[in-house]
Amino acid sequence: MSQYKIHMLVCAGTGCQSSQSGLIYEMLQDELERKGLRDDVQVIKTGCFGFCEKGPIVKILPDNTFYTQVKPEDVREIVDEHIIKGRSVHRLLYLDPETEEHVLDSKHMGFYKKQLRIALRNCGTIDPENIDESIARDAYQALGMALTELSPQETIDIIKRSGLRGRGGAGFPTGIKWEIASKNDAGQKYVVCNADEGDPGAFMDRSILEGDPHSILEAMAICGYCIGATKGLIYIRAEYPLAIKRLKIAINQAREYGLLGEHILGTDFSFDINLRYGAGAFVCGEETSLIHSMEGKRGEPTNKPPFPAQKGYLGKPTNVNNVETFANIPVILLKGAEWFSSIGTEKSKGTKVFALAGKINNVGLIEVPMGITLREIIYEIGGGIKGGKKFKAVQTGGPSGGCLTEKHLDTPIDYESLTAAGSMMGSGGMIVLDEDDCMVSVAKFYLDFIVEESCGKCAPCRIGNKRLYETLERICDGKGTEEDLEKLYNLSNVIKDTSLCGLGQTSPNPVLSTLNNFYDEYKEHVFDKKCRSGKCKNLLYYVIDDENCVGCMACVRSCPVNAITGAKKQTHYIHQDKCIKCGACMQKCQFDAISLKSDYRVSVES
Amino acid sequence: MIKLTIDNKTIEVEPGTTILKAARQAGIEIPTLCHFEMCDMGIENKPGGCRICVVEVEGRRNLAPSCITEAQNGMVINTHNIRVLNARKTVLKLIISDHPFDCLVCAKSGHCELQHLATQFGIRSLPYEGEQSHYRKDTSPSIIRDVDKCIMCRRCEMVCNEVQTVGALSAVNRGFMAVVAPAFEMNLENSPCTYCGQCVSVCPTGALTEVDHSNEVIRALSNPKKTVVVQTAPAVRAALGEEFGLEPGTLVTGKLVAALRRLGFDYVFDTDFSADLTIMEEGTELLNRIKGHLAGDPNVRIPLLTSCCPGWVNFFEHNFPDLLDVPSSAKSPQQMFGAIAKSYFADKIGVNRKDMIVVSIMPCLAKKYECQRDEFKVDGNPDVDYSISTRELAALIKQANIDFLELPDEDYDDPLGESSGAGVIFGNTGGVIEAACRTAYELYTGKTLDKVEFSELRGMEGIRSATVDFDGLELNIGIAHGLGNARKLLDEVRAGKSQYHAIEIMACPGGCISGGGQPYTHLKEEVLMKRTAALYTEDERKTIRKSHENPSIIKLYKEYLGEPGSHRAHSLLHTEYFPKSNEVTITLNNH
Amino acid sequence: MAEIKTLADLKRKQEEVKTQIDLRDKAENPGSQVQVKVAMATCGIASGAKNVMDFFVRELPKRGIGAVVTQTGCMGYCFAEPTVEITIPGKDPIVFGYVDPRKADEIIEFYIKQGELVDGIIPQNYNTINQD
Repeated sequence: MSQYKIHMLVCAGTGCQSSQSGLIYEMLQDELERKGLRDDVQVIKTGCFGFCEKGPIVKILPDNTFYTQVKPEDVREIVDEHIIKGRSVHRLLYLDPETEEHVLDSKHMGFYKKQLRIALRNCGTIDPENIDESIARDAYQALGMALTELSPQETIDIIKRSGLRGRGGAGFPTGIKWEIASKNDAGQKYVVCNADEGDPGAFMDRSILEGDPHSILEAMAICGYCIGATKGLIYIRAEYPLAIKRLKIAINQAREYGLLGEHILGTDFSFDINLRYGAGAFVCGEETSLIHSMEGKRGEPTNKPPFPAQKGYLGKPTNVNNVETFANIPVILLKGAEWFSSIGTEKSKGTKVFALAGKINNVGLIEVPMGITLREIIYEIGGGIKGGKKFKAVQTGGPSGGCLTEKHLDTPIDYESLTAAGSMMGSGGMIVLDEDDCMVSVAKFYLDFIVEESCGKCAPCRIGNKRLYETLERICDGKGTEEDLEKLYNLSNVIKDTSLCGLGQTSPNPVLSTLNNFYDEYKEHVFDKKCRSGKCKNLLYYVIDDENCVGCMACVRSCPVNAITGAKKQTHYIHQDKCIKCGACMQKCQFDAISLKSDYRVSVES
Repeated sequence: MIKLTIDNKTIEVEPGTTILKAARQAGIEIPTLCHFEMCDMGIENKPGGCRICVVEVEGRRNLAPSCITEAQNGMVINTHNIRVLNARKTVLKLIISDHPFDCLVCAKSGHCELQHLATQFGIRSLPYEGEQSHYRKDTSPSIIRDVDKCIMCRRCEMVCNEVQTVGALSAVNRGFMAVVAPAFEMNLENSPCTYCGQCVSVCPTGALTEVDHSNEVIRALSNPKKTVVVQTAPAVRAALGEEFGLEPGTLVTGKLVAALRRLGFDYVFDTDFSADLTIMEEGTELLNRIKGHLAGDPNVRIPLLTSCCPGWVNFFEHNFPDLLDVPSSAKSPQQMFGAIAKSYFADKIGVNRKDMIVVSIMPCLAKKYECQRDEFKVDGNPDVDYSISTRELAALIKQANIDFLELPDEDYDDPLGESSGAGVIFGNTGGVIEAACRTAYELYTGKTLDKVEFSELRGMEGIRSATVDFDGLELNIGIAHGLGNARKLLDEVRAGKSQYHAIEIMACPGGCISGGGQPYTHLKEEVLMKRTAALYTEDERKTIRKSHENPSIIKLYKEYLGEPGSHRAHSLLHTEYFPKSNEVTITLNNH
Repeated sequence: MAEIKTLADLKRKQEEVKTQIDLRDKAENPGSQVQVKVAMATCGIASGAKNVMDFFVRELPKRGIGAVVTQTGCMGYCFAEPTVEITIPGKDPIVFGYVDPRKADEIIEFYIKQGELVDGIIPQNYNTINQD
């Protein structure tokens, strides 16, 4: 076997692939072939690096050079300069926005400095389609250890001691979940991996499956061993074709190696995994809905109890864990519960993957220890707010979560603190909002999503969220009343109180948290008919500036509804009660005297 | 036992009891909407969807739906504090906000459970106005779906799928547009629907109702050129009184006849008569098949399946197209009546069949479809022109200003009004096969039955079997009611494992007494029991209790048909079945 | 592919495939490794730097030494090519000139393994702009 001197890691996650990283990979191979360097340089397609903002990423080892936004036409230069001449291609290096210097080694990038990658440990460093690389990185060692050295209960005890909690949203202790499933006697049990990632903007599960599928397969097998299941199912949405492809490859390779199947590693334990495809319904992330969907039924929740651990897939005890939760399992077994529980806060151990999005410089996927503050995430890892604007809020937990504000910036993040602040961990979506965002519109956006994604089974979620959405729409349109504000509170609380599943029970959170933190903005919309960010189109006003108006009558004549008055050579006035906001006057005005303002009264007073 | 406190009352209940039931045991009534349960028939619907029955459980973060939450030791429950009442009322207002406000013209008005709740909760205004979900209205030969009024209680879906295993209805779409509909929102007519009407029986609102033919009936009655003949199915007499405030199970046969006369029908006849006729034909067929079977004739199919229930006929045409030669070829009593009325009787009174209108009063919605089937028409003229339900008849009587309760008891007209007790019990599960046994026994053995009641064939169990001794010949009889139960027996037949010589099947649980056209029971099981008992009482009161002893039947054969199974009997009283594909033809409907 | 039948098999397999990604693991933690930089500009390549680099890449792991071997551009000592810069953790980098495989062998055995200086050191007398 030839010994490669240089490894080139090309990100082949969905994001980078859509910006031609596949082509870049091919061209690198060709160019190296042409230069006779194929035996010296290995090009590897890896999973996501997380720094999606600047993709496609090409990382060169051993010197840790991190090339960003690589285009196919850069390939020749990279090979000629970096590989042959040993000089970095400076223009492709990450430019630190603060120091304005190119960063040579990715270790010195702010984006990576504060991260601690456990679940994402292999993403971006191995070829997910080659089981050998995973094995080199300890894949299946934890399974081997559990099967040969530990009893199921001992294994469960390690997970319990580690303090690992479900990463899908609610944060139920994983070890306890396994223990419950293990104690229910049944002929057949199932291990289900919930890969139905549905929060807008969240893609950590996809990235793990694309970048490190074997970690999930191994963890599911470990879970199977612990609870006494021989069958595993991965419920994955059909919109994740790349993750599906890599999972299929991984499952086949694991089967060929005998790491899945009968008598794994020569023990009595047998376990196999199959895929089940979802159609992308948000509610199918809820475990009872997910199970119904896998059974071929309508994807909608049923009352708990019975919990899946008692009566799940096909009526059998079923343990459902999310992808990120599973990704932690092998490391915990290999490095020990104490190592894991030394990371994080008192009640939330380990790390959490967040998908950074919105008005932030470094959009991407990050993994940080629990207890890190929002400020560290946003300003150090995320590189601050885009365009130097003012931070307003960060929305966490997706449609079930809420908005955190400036006053929460220094709160250590964990399950409890986020809930206490009126939001939730959720699956880890983190959308940063700046001063240009209207908080009523943000709440409306999430409600719109919920109205689409509610399964429609229970009345408060089906109709209540629609009415919430309509009320928010009225407020954004400037038609809201004081009564509407009261209604928002009552309706939100009743929906939370009476809905059947977690979706409905949390769906009003975006409304309640914006009401609590940004009530002034709601009041402005309702009483002043004003949207300070200018996002609500109906709350923008055509206003004539007295200074510039020469009284030419052009606007008066152009107004189709006679909303403008004023005699010749006198300043004109737009009557807002009549204005239909067609914009004709602004087009006609030759003197830049008409502008759109978020508050017409100010101009009157001044 | 589980000990818990509900509204400061401490009570003990069996493990597994829901909070709702525990509260009822303590005399506390919690309002419900989607939930319903018919224990004796093993039917329950508790999706936990409407959230009207929520209660506060101390220590629990959110309110609990009492219909599906099991009572636990030490639970402290509050069923009507301000939090609960506000939540319930808000949810109800939400449901109403997505419901058309057309109570005045709704077929369900007065029987609507949503309307009752609105009254009970004192809803006077609607703070949650907004868009209402709109869907295409779907009219089939029997059932109208006006799903704007659907509140997603899922009762119809449960009945259609779990009780009947028909699978025509299920929840489609998501979120606000979620609704119960046939797959791909196609028309009911293109779906595997059997028109059994059980969905209509359980629908709490006006989302599912029957197709109303009473206007056509009024038009026929007001046309002096037409001779209008009416037949009344057995189960109608046991239920019609409920519409006029009488106790369930009150027999109103005489008043029924009187009312129909007052409505202007020229001849008031009884489907019981043609039920007797059915026994003559079907019973003969049964004996012939058994004789052939015993003689080892490989072409004879055993068991014989009864074929008087049109919902059941639709079901096997859809689901067992490979077994179309197993059911009896005898027409249903409704269709036998029509065929005889428009031939034998029309001849008798000298009326052209085109000038005769035959109306049937049925407990059933599938009958509306059945009478429209092409094989029951002569040159396009149907043997039975209109079939209206018990409920439609009640509305007609009320509209006509007839004081039903004050009516005298009157008798049916001759000759198609005379019937035996065997014909009456057709309305109960097990009744057809009991009637058949009464006749087949005597015809086969030549002996007279000491006791005409075959109590082993009676009851409410979904699938029953009995062995009847025909003087040494042991006949294995199977009975199923509810199409889900029927499917089980049919699967055995298909697999060649059936041990029965004859099987009676009724599509509706309980038989015709709980048909889709009967007065709404509001899901009270005891109503069905009382109707069943009423029909057995009517049977007992009859002097003639065996079909073959009905003098009018004897006369009919003598004057017109000859022998049961004769050529004329065959052409008038027998039919054939057609395979219906369950494959879906999708027509895209834009709503 | 051969089946992995026991945990021992798995461990053997891991040892076997570990070299495939060895380079990446080391790169994660360069400070704890011996860093070998071979000047691979035109001058270096012309003088046989490729052979030297191959030698380091092949021999270091064989002799059980955790090292990161990278190539670099011209270090400016074109007169002494091939040149190799060796950094032992915790020590200043030292540049060796006129390195051929034999010299490389000497560097490994004496300098890297035992910390003894060998002939051919080129004194470093300037700082680069990239140096911290």
